[in-house]
Amino acid sequence: MNYEPVIGLEVHVQLKTATKAFCGCANVFGTRENTNICPVCLGLPGSLPVLNEKALKAAMKVALALGCQVRSFTKFDRKNYYYPDLPKNFQISQYDMPFSEHGSLDICLEGGIRHIRIKRVHLEEDAGKLIHPEEGAESLVDYNRAGTPLLEIVSEPDMHSPDEAYAYLTDLKLILQYLDISDCDMEKGSLRCDANVSLRPAGTTGLGVKSELKNMNSFRAVRLALEYEIKRQEAELSDGRSVVQETRLWNEKKQMTLPMRSKEEAHDYRYFPEPDLPPFVISASEIEEAKQGLPELPKEKRSRFIASFGFSDKDAATLSATRALADFFEACLKLYDKPKKIAHWLIGPVSFQMNSRGQDIGGLRLTPASLIELIDLVEAGKISQLAAKEVLQEMLESGKPAGKIVEEKNLSQVSDAGSLSSVIEEVIAANKKSVDDFRAGKENAVMFLVGQVMRLSKGKANPKTAREMLIERLKS
Amino acid sequence: MNLHTLTALELRSRLDCGSVKPQDILTDLRSRYEAVEKKVMAFARPPSFEYRDTAVAGGALKGIPVVIKDNICSQGDRTECCSRILEGFVAPYDATVVDKLKKSGASIMGKANMDEFAFGSSCETSCFHPTKNPWDLDCVPGGSSGGSCACVAADEAIAALGSDTGGSIRQPASLCGVVGMKPTYGRVSRYGLVAFASSLDQIGPITKDVRDNALVLGVIAGHDDHDATSVDTSVPDYLSQMQKDIRGMRVAIPKEYFVEGMDPEVRHAMMEAKAKLESLGARFGEVSLPHTGYAVAVYYIIATAEASSNLARFDGVQYGARQMAASKDESALIGMYKETRDKGFGAEAKRRLILGTYVLSSGYYDAYYLRASRVRRLIKEDFDKVFREYDVVLTPTSPTPAFKIGEKMDDPLSMYLSDIYTISVNLAGVPAISVPCGLTRSGLPIGMQVIGRPFGETDLYRVAFHYEQSTSWHKQKPKL
Repeated sequence: MNYEPVIGLEVHVQLKTATKAFCGCANVFGTRENTNICPVCLGLPGSLPVLNEKALKAAMKVALALGCQVRSFTKFDRKNYYYPDLPKNFQISQYDMPFSEHGSLDICLEGGIRHIRIKRVHLEEDAGKLIHPEEGAESLVDYNRAGTPLLEIVSEPDMHSPDEAYAYLTDLKLILQYLDISDCDMEKGSLRCDANVSLRPAGTTGLGVKSELKNMNSFRAVRLALEYEIKRQEAELSDGRSVVQETRLWNEKKQMTLPMRSKEEAHDYRYFPEPDLPPFVISASEIEEAKQGLPELPKEKRSRFIASFGFSDKDAATLSATRALADFFEACLKLYDKPKKIAHWLIGPVSFQMNSRGQDIGGLRLTPASLIELIDLVEAGKISQLAAKEVLQEMLESGKPAGKIVEEKNLSQVSDAGSLSSVIEEVIAANKKSVDDFRAGKENAVMFLVGQVMRLSKGKANPKTAREMLIERLKS
Repeated sequence: MNLHTLTALELRSRLDCGSVKPQDILTDLRSRYEAVEKKVMAFARPPSFEYRDTAVAGGALKGIPVVIKDNICSQGDRTECCSRILEGFVAPYDATVVDKLKKSGASIMGKANMDEFAFGSSCETSCFHPTKNPWDLDCVPGGSSGGSCACVAADEAIAALGSDTGGSIRQPASLCGVVGMKPTYGRVSRYGLVAFASSLDQIGPITKDVRDNALVLGVIAGHDDHDATSVDTSVPDYLSQMQKDIRGMRVAIPKEYFVEGMDPEVRHAMMEAKAKLESLGARFGEVSLPHTGYAVAVYYIIATAEASSNLARFDGVQYGARQMAASKDESALIGMYKETRDKGFGAEAKRRLILGTYVLSSGYYDAYYLRASRVRRLIKEDFDKVFREYDVVLTPTSPTPAFKIGEKMDDPLSMYLSDIYTISVNLAGVPAISVPCGLTRSGLPIGMQVIGRPFGETDLYRVAFHYEQSTSWHKQKPKL
C-alpha cells in the first residue's frame, strides 16, 4: 500500500527581549551559571510573576506576521509537572485561550506554493537547564534560562513530506529573523522544533497514529528524523504491525529515532488559569499599532523586488534571503539608482566573499557606501571588473576604501591606445593559433586574446578598448 | 511601665514627645514575652528584642515593633510557614508589606506561629507547636493566623500581620478578642507572602483596636509593581475618614448567616451589636445571599487546587529540607520528591494537596474546578446585589467561640465549618473586618464581622470605630 505522511510541527522560539518574561532579570545567553536570576525566576516562596509587556508585543508581531487572529481577551495558565529544571514545578503557559490562532504560512516548493495552516501561537516561559557532570552522581541546575520568554508556534498537520517540513521551517525562520524578535539559533536553543508524524493510506483523509519526534538540533536533523520515521512507520504498517503513539528522540549519532525511555509520560498537566496574572485585554488599537509596526516581510519584499526592479524570482529570493542583505541592498539603492548593478554585485562577488568567509553581510567589512564607491569606479571605467574583485577582496581584508586601494596597488584601468598597443603586440605574437583562428573566421577567438591582454596588464586594461584595438589590428 | 499593653497610636504619642524610646518598648515586650510566652506559645521561634533603626525619620510607625506571620518573607529571617519542608529557609528578600513597614519606621520583631502553610483554623497544624488561646489556655486561638492574633491578645505584641485565605485573620481575631482586617483582594500586595491560594490570599493587620488597624493598613496598602493582582487605586486616609459618624449607614443582615441552631451566645452578642449600631444611627435590613450554602465546598475546591500548584515547588531541589530516596528501586529524583514531600508536609497539608490535585485532574476539572469557579461568580454576584442597596453586611465572624485544643483535629469537616462565615468574603474578593463584640459566660471572646464593598475599607473602619467607641469589649484583657 502507498502511504502518505502527515506532519505537524511545533516550534519554540526564545524572544530576545531585554528582560525575562515575568521578572526584571536580563534576558541574555551565556552568562555564568545561576548569576542571572532573582526570586521570581527562581520561583522562591512568595515571589510573583508580572508580565513583560515587551514580550507580548514581540509575540504579537509574530502572530500578525503569520496572519493569526489576535484574541482581544486572553489569559495565562499553569501547566503543572515536576522536573528539577522547572523552578515552580509549573510552567506559566497558555492553554485554552492562546493569545492568537488561525494563521498560515505559504511555502514555496518546486511543485508550487503550499498553504500551511498555523493552529496557534502562544507565549510561555522557558525552563532552566540540567547539567550532568561527567564525574559525580549529582546533577546540577542552571536557572539562567528560566523565565526566558518563549513563543510556541504550532502548525496544523498540513505537511506531507520532510521537504515540506524543511521549507516550512526555513520560511518561518526567515520571517522571525525579519521581525528581529529572536536569534533563531538552534545550536543555542533559541529555536527548537518538535515534529508530529503519522502515516495514512494515500488518498484517504483520516489521521493515523502519530509519533512525536524530539531532540533535533538543526532543520537538517528534522528532515532526517522525519525521513527515518516515515520509513520506520511504513515498515511497521507494511508488516501488519501498528504504530504506537509515543515520543521518540532523534539520535544524531545513530541517525535514527529511538523511543524515549519507558515513561509515566501519560502526563496530566492539570492546566488551570494562572491566578497570579489577571486575564488581560488586547485592544483593537494595540493590534492595529502592532500591525503598523510590522516590517516588510520576506514574501512581500520578494514580490516588490520582482515588480519594481525586474529581478528574476531567483535573484529576488537571494537578495531577500536575510533581512540584513535586503536592508543592505536597499541602503545601496538610496546611494546609487541602478538596482540591477547593485544586485549583480551582491549576488555575485559579495555573496562569493560571504560564502568563502562563512560570514553574513553584517560580518563583512563592507558598508553600502563603500560598495557603491567600488561600483562607481567600475562604472566610470576607472578599474576593470577583474581588478574590482581584487579591490573588494582587499577592502574586506584591510577595511580601506576602494579608491585608496586602487591608488596604492596601481590598479587604474588603462584605456589609452598608446599604453595598450605594446601589450597587444605581445599577445598577438605569443598566440599564433588564436590569431589564425580569428582570421579563419572564428570571431570568438578574440575573447581569448582579450583575456590574455587583461592577464598581461594585470587587469588594468580596459577590456572594451582592448577588444576594439585587437580586432582592428587583426583585420588590417 | 506597661508599654506592652498600649496601642501603636498610644506608643506613638509617647515616642513623639520623647518620653519613650523604641528600645524601651522592645525591652518591655521582652519581659512580657518571658512572662507569658510559655503559656501562649504564639511565636514560631523566639523574636528579637533588639531595636534595629530603619533610619526613617518620621514614618507612621516609627519605633513600633510589628510581628509578622511566618509565611511573610523578611530578608535574612527564617520564613518557614511553620512547615518542616521549609526548615532552614531564609528569605533573601523582603515582602512588599515588610518593605513598607520598614519604610514607615516599624521594626520587624519576629514571626508568629500559624497553621502549616495556613492550612487550618486552629493553629494546631504548625510543625512547631500549637498556640494557645490567651483567654483559655485549653482552647485554640483559631487559625491560621493564630499566632499573630494570640500575641496581640496576650500583649506580647503591639500589632501583627496575618494572612487571610478563607478567614485566617478574622476567625482567630474573633476567637482572641482582637481586631483583624481582611482587605479587598488587590488592596495589599501579596509579593513575598508564601502563596496558599493566590486568588484568595490577602495580608491584613491584626491590632488591639480599630484605630491601630486603620493605621497599619494605611501603611501596607497600595499598588505594587511586583504583584499583577494588586490594584492601582489610591489609599484613603482611613484614620481621618473613619471619624465620620454612621448615621444613615445601611447595614444588611443576611438571613443565611442567622440560622436555627446557631450558638445562642453568638446570636445574643450579634443582636446586642445590632442594637448598638442602630442606636448610633445605622439602618438595618434583612437580605439574602442565596449561594452562601455552597461557599465551603467551592472554597475547598478552588483553594486546594491553587495550593496543589503553589506548593509544588517544595520539592527539595532548591531549598528547605531535602530527603533522599528511601528505596533504590526507584529513580533518585522521584525518590527525592516522594521522601521530601512525605516527610516535609503534615497530614492536613497532604490532605489538601491531594484534594487539589484531584480536582484539577483530567476528567474531573469540569465537574469540580470549573463548576466551582462558576459558583464563585454567583457568590460574588450575591454580594454585588446587596451592595447596591447597603453599605455593609453584618454577620458573626465565627459560628462559635474558641473550641478546645484537639476537639476538631480528627474531624476535618467540622474544622472547615469554623470558617463558614468568613469564606464567602474571600471568594467574592470583598473586604471584611472582625471586631470584638462580646464575651461568653465562660469568658471567651466573640467577634462580629463587617463586610464591605470592594475597596470599602473606610466604611468598615467607620462602623467598627464608632461601635468600638461606644463599647468596651476591646479594652477587655485575658488574665494570664
